Amino acid sequence: MSKANLLDRREVVGSLLTERKDAIVVGGLGASTYDIAAAGDHDRNFYLWGAMGGAVMIGLGVALAQPKLPVVVITGDGEMLMGMGSLATVGLQQPKNFSIVVLDNEVYGETGGQASHTAGTADLVGVARSCGIFDARALSTMAEIEAFASSMHDLSSGPRFASIKIDSANLERVLSSRDGQYTVTRIRGALGFGPI
Amino acid sequence: MHDRAATAAENAAETTPSWPEDIFAILQRFDVRQVPYVPDAGHSQLIERVLGASSMRAVPLTTEEEGVALLAGAWAGGQRGVLLMQSSGVGNCVNMLSLTQIFRFPFLTLVTMRGEWGEFNPWQVPMGTSTAGVFELSGIKVLRASHPEEVREVVEAAAGQAYNACTPTAVLLSQRLIGAKVFTK
Repeated sequence: MSKANLLDRREVVGSLLTERKDAIVVGGLGASTYDIAAAGDHDRNFYLWGAMGGAVMIGLGVALAQPKLPVVVITGDGEMLMGMGSLATVGLQQPKNFSIVVLDNEVYGETGGQASHTAGTADLVGVARSCGIFDARALSTMAEIEAFASSMHDLSSGPRFASIKIDSANLERVLSSRDGQYTVTRIRGALGFGPI
Repeated sequence: MHDRAATAAENAAETTPSWPEDIFAILQRFDVRQVPYVPDAGHSQLIERVLGASSMRAVPLTTEEEGVALLAGAWAGGQRGVLLMQSSGVGNCVNMLSLTQIFRFPFLTLVTMRGEWGEFNPWQVPMGTSTAGVFELSGIKVLRASHPEEVREVVEAAAGQAYNACTPTAVLLSQRLIGAKVFTK
């Protein structure tokens, strides 16, 4: 399934998170969560193992609650397609500290590699821009990804959206915790919020 | 055809109900900060109050399930929220309601009911009929208010158990309370 010249997803996510500092990172259901785990477990990682179509909205909820922290959603094309309306909701709110990254392999990799809409006619960058996320771009080189990674920490210029075409090879799964309460309690603890 | 402006004017000409004010005061007292909503006529007065409140962030949604996910994120970020929708939107939330069990976060939703009590539009009836059942199957506690004078205590109880005991709770605001929507040609 490998295509020439497409980026390696683990290398992309590793680069996005290497200087993550105090960022909160939401990983969409599926391989994106494995990629975030592969970059290193972190108490500000928000791993999703379900809630398909909800990654951007979960990230928006965090971003509105914590406007002084960078919040980044890293998700796949299938997950993003299911929650496309949330891009309009983000466009309306204009959260300056919010970044969305779609790792677009044009397939539903977890379920057998069926083609997604981005393999055909759907253009997620165009959708994001049309929804009011004016900084919306396709990234195709590691240099562009490094530049985007540093822009994620600029809390005055979001929201921003990036689509990155990646190689569709299925990589070894790196399993994060699947315990949602643990994950959320850990993030809350990192932000100074205790249990009820 | 339904003339919304005319209906709104008629409603305003009658008395403005005080129960939306009761709800707003409770939300303020519980330090609710994020208020995602899909508009409904029954929630219009409360939505106006939220839009005018500096302590609250109103978040219009394209579909109701976005609101469930938003509130999970808000909780992770240290804020409380409430989801405003009508009964037909509850069906749009079903898979996302899993989050209330997965995260055990303080989920509260206020649902204006359609499809009951003198309903004109048959398309509202199936979802209105299954609204409470859908919530219960999803592990959400259901409370209902049907009369103006009981709204305050019902919403107070719901907010208390949602925010203090992390018990996901839906309040159904009966069509009897709101008034059946009037359709005119």
